[in-house]
Amino acid sequence: MKDHLAMGKKQLSDIATVTWNRRNHFYTPVVLAMLLLIGAIISLSLGRYGVPAIQVVRILLNRVIPLHKTWTDVMETVVVNIRLPRIVMACLVGCALSATGASYQAVFQNPMASPDILSASAGAAFGAALAILSGFSTFGITILAFLFSLLSVGLVIIVARFAPGLKVMNLILAGIMMGSLLSAGTSYIKLVADPSNQLPAITYWMMGSLAGAKSRDVVFIVIPLAIGLIPLILLRWQVTVLTIGDEEARTMGVNPHLLRTVVILSATLLTAASVSVSGMIGWVGLVIPHISRRIIGSKFQILLPVSMLNGALFLLIVDNVSRNLLQVEIPIGILTAFIGAPFFIYLIIKGEKVA
Amino acid sequence: MVRNLSFAYSFRDILKNVSFQTSQGEILAVLGPNGVGKTTLFRCILGFHRHYRGSILVQGREARTLNSRKLSSDVAYIPQSHGHAFNYSVLDMVLMGTTSSINPLSVPGKRQEETAYDALARIGAEHLAGCSFSHLSGGEQQLVLIARALAQKAKILLMDEPTSNLDYGNQTRILQQIRLLADYGYTVLLSSHNPQQALWYADNILAMEDGSVVAFGTPDDVMNSNLLKTLYGIDIALVHSDYGTLLAPQLFGDHDTSRGEKLHATMDR
Repeated sequence: MKDHLAMGKKQLSDIATVTWNRRNHFYTPVVLAMLLLIGAIISLSLGRYGVPAIQVVRILLNRVIPLHKTWTDVMETVVVNIRLPRIVMACLVGCALSATGASYQAVFQNPMASPDILSASAGAAFGAALAILSGFSTFGITILAFLFSLLSVGLVIIVARFAPGLKVMNLILAGIMMGSLLSAGTSYIKLVADPSNQLPAITYWMMGSLAGAKSRDVVFIVIPLAIGLIPLILLRWQVTVLTIGDEEARTMGVNPHLLRTVVILSATLLTAASVSVSGMIGWVGLVIPHISRRIIGSKFQILLPVSMLNGALFLLIVDNVSRNLLQVEIPIGILTAFIGAPFFIYLIIKGEKVA
Repeated sequence: MVRNLSFAYSFRDILKNVSFQTSQGEILAVLGPNGVGKTTLFRCILGFHRHYRGSILVQGREARTLNSRKLSSDVAYIPQSHGHAFNYSVLDMVLMGTTSSINPLSVPGKRQEETAYDALARIGAEHLAGCSFSHLSGGEQQLVLIARALAQKAKILLMDEPTSNLDYGNQTRILQQIRLLADYGYTVLLSSHNPQQALWYADNILAMEDGSVVAFGTPDDVMNSNLLKTLYGIDIALVHSDYGTLLAPQLFGDHDTSRGEKLHATMDR
């Protein structure tokens, strides 16, 4: 429709883009997965008790095929019992938060949506604070945080369902209200908590940490993660179409309200599980889908896996900093904000690159 | 196709006894000033409003009984081009049209890609396939949205003011393209603010005022100065020429002094 010369140029470069894109859809996840594997092995060898990377590989391989023992028992205990659960946990939490962020951003048709927009984190914080106040064990804290997180998002969905008008707007408003209600509740619990032990515990929990992650916690997050991810993966193309807008999606045969509800429920399962084991880890769910969208484009079927891998890789790296930078461990929630916020500002200044 | 359709939001009647029908290969232009219910009419046909009275028969089936997936295989909607939160390539945009033809749990494959390329080729836009949608001009975006509707393989196309944001050249190109599609066998319903376009390109005109039909028929039968005065409150002369009938708006205040008041009355409503 414009002049032919300009068109010809556009055409040429675009054909190149299409082929490049298609190849990328295959290679990007593979490269990221390999980086993640290498990252995990390096992370296993890092720490106050250094274990050479080659020994790490041998220790892990020994579990599958018996090898000649070249490592000490201490090395094996450190790698398998202490570091491995934590590293797997960092990857799973990063993966879950990023998947939620990508899903929320898609179904709210808004790149600013983050996993805590529907009060999932505020609910978990309230549940955890309540559990600490009641003197529950660490596992009890996780369970109560998980339940309150699901409960608060469930209430948000119910409120939004009965309100008239735009559904997306209702959900977000109800989420903000619920979030502020719950943080008021959390503040009250902090007020009445014992300042010598309960109050610090609550405060520390809210900073987010992967310290003390055990195999039991890994199991606890794996099950909801799997259950939540299945619908997201199956509905990947429908979600892509929904990002165009409710009405257009509907005229193309997608049921927007049903689809959004299913996606929100699945994604909330992911957040609730990860927040309840790790505390509040901000920024990952907002920033990682953004970066992934720049790398691979907005199509949900490819954005979801790439976001998950990027999220896992990001949190793995940040957790290494958290463990190894200082003598005292730095809560990971603080680090993700320190790294995430400036990076986000950089992305905003650099402007939108179009895929 | 549409019989005695009425629709009301709580206490306000939007559509009153609207009846019309179209047949295959026709362009029906819906004319009328802003707020007469053109958009509501389209939304009823698209299944957004299901509590209407009367009946809307799409290929012999009542629209409100069809779910969005079934309805989308009969009726495709072409919105005005507008910005989206996320950006996609033109090919992906057109591929979205194939959604209702694939399993909801799968993604479009090779065959759907061919459908998408065919749809782009039919409107002469295959060279845009790899471009990013948001970088296209308004006219190109409108073409891509038409291609998306073609990929949907629905035979009825609903267009909401397809030329409203376009410059004159692109308006004409889009309308010529729509005419070609109708000649090819598509049924096109479009709302328009331009009665001249309706005269040139439409087979039938549905003129609406205040939720009711004031005229329905071929352009030659229904288009006259009285109708245009009713619809828009201005005097327009019809000039018959070798190139079709041309509309010539009369300069304000020529001979009718009450026109100014009527214009106000129309705008107030």
